[in-house]
Amino acid sequence: MPFVKLRVLLTSSLLAVGPALLLTMPAHAQTAAEAALLAGGCVGCHGVSGQGGHGIPSIRDTQSRADFVATMQAFRANQREATVMGRISRGYTEAEITSLAAFYARAQ
Amino acid sequence: MTLPRRTLLAAGLGAVGLSAPRITHAQAGAGRVVIIGGGFGGATAARFARDNFANLDVTLIERSRTFTTCPYGNLVLAGRRDMASITFGYERLAARGVRVVHQGAVSVDPATKRVRLADGAEVAYDRLIVSPGIDLRWGAIEGYDEAASARMPHGWVPALQPISLLRAQLEAMADGGVFVMAIPDNPFRCPPGPYERISMVADYLKRAKPRSKILALDAKNGFSKQPLFQEAWQELYPGMIDWRGASNDGRVMRVNAAQMEVETEFGEKIRGAVINIIPPQMAGRIARDAGLANPGGWCPVKPVSFESTQVPDVHVLGDATVAAPMPKSGFVASSHAKQAIACIAASLAGRPLPPALYFNTCYSHVGVDYGISIVGVFRGMPERFVEVEGSGGISPRNSTMTPERRVEQRRLEALYADGWYEAATNEMFG
Repeated sequence: MPFVKLRVLLTSSLLAVGPALLLTMPAHAQTAAEAALLAGGCVGCHGVSGQGGHGIPSIRDTQSRADFVATMQAFRANQREATVMGRISRGYTEAEITSLAAFYARAQ
Repeated sequence: MTLPRRTLLAAGLGAVGLSAPRITHAQAGAGRVVIIGGGFGGATAARFARDNFANLDVTLIERSRTFTTCPYGNLVLAGRRDMASITFGYERLAARGVRVVHQGAVSVDPATKRVRLADGAEVAYDRLIVSPGIDLRWGAIEGYDEAASARMPHGWVPALQPISLLRAQLEAMADGGVFVMAIPDNPFRCPPGPYERISMVADYLKRAKPRSKILALDAKNGFSKQPLFQEAWQELYPGMIDWRGASNDGRVMRVNAAQMEVETEFGEKIRGAVINIIPPQMAGRIARDAGLANPGGWCPVKPVSFESTQVPDVHVLGDATVAAPMPKSGFVASSHAKQAIACIAASLAGRPLPPALYFNTCYSHVGVDYGISIVGVFRGMPERFVEVEGSGGISPRNSTMTPERRVEQRRLEALYADGWYEAATNEMFG
């Protein structure tokens, strides 16, 4: 199998991202459908409405936006004990995490 | 629900009704999306389209009235699940407004943009999604054809053969028997699947037939989550599992089903009480017949949209695609599906395509309260798929955790695996 593992450097700063990648990256999810698309990975385990189950926590309306972002940042920095979320959170940009916070966090 | 041709025509679906006004097209961005195949890719595509894009008219063509998942089939093998718990119907998708047509898709005509069904009806599309899963390459291992698979089950494509056949053979096996497995080279469906299977067979044998052995013959030298699996095997099933890689004569070249015997590359003949052959694979027939596959039997796609590079306005999803470094998994097929639907909606509306982010987590059950995983986050660039540097990877090794944390990590991942399975199947069929 041609298993070309070209990894994209993705740092915590968008400015450090290569220009090609930057072009394909949204600042924010603009519509509900875009947010749902971005949240596809979350839905996979946390459920269609983020409700959780089988020990997987609910992520719908459980935190403020700021707390949601802080939780994800802590996962990214290995400052919060994780089974899978550390590995997952490091795949998303800060802008994407902000969009996910807007999608999942409780009303301010 | 089987719709006769006349019903399809009345529903505005029939390709014959080309001159009939298509009311949905009066709306900007509206269009007919036809999906062939109701598995992880196809069913998720249908649901995502219905939930998010009201002006897409969605038809799902799926021969079978039920879908039995590959994931969790290994737990049936272990006797820890039953078939009913991994089998789902399409009624809820239909209730959500997906037109579900239980017919086989016979052919695709990209020139006229129609799908021909087994009953002779034709379905016209603006955009087609083909999510065909895999076919097995009969004869790639000499002597391993469909007839041989009745004696030496593959248990790898539920639509061809339920996992319950292999389970029944395991149950009938005497204590002290050897369970022999042949595992293919890459690429194949579910890279960690054979090794979860080894684990779940061992889980059963340890309880029911503790003098039995497992001999796994592998056509490659390494595999997904290898250090985690092998550590766990030593810990949970010491002395029971013998895994042989390709350089240790692990490649099975031919089988003799009558003798219940396999032969390796260097000519060793090995008999088993139960023999599980997972043969080499390729994209499902409808995709190959439609001109979507390359000479290797898999379907190349554009990394941002999953549109075929070979046939315009046709998107291919899931195991059938060439999408390395993404694995052929159900989880990532659902990720392909959402991106393809969003791209179809954007393209019909004349909007730019959304950026492509794909996500995968594959959990494997290794024992009771013992789960492990591999995570991958990927982006679709114009010319290739890339894995995001610094993200993803496998669960931590034993040596990196305290004994207490180890137990907790494995327990939680087994629990989360169940959570993923429920969430994923609920999204498709709930």
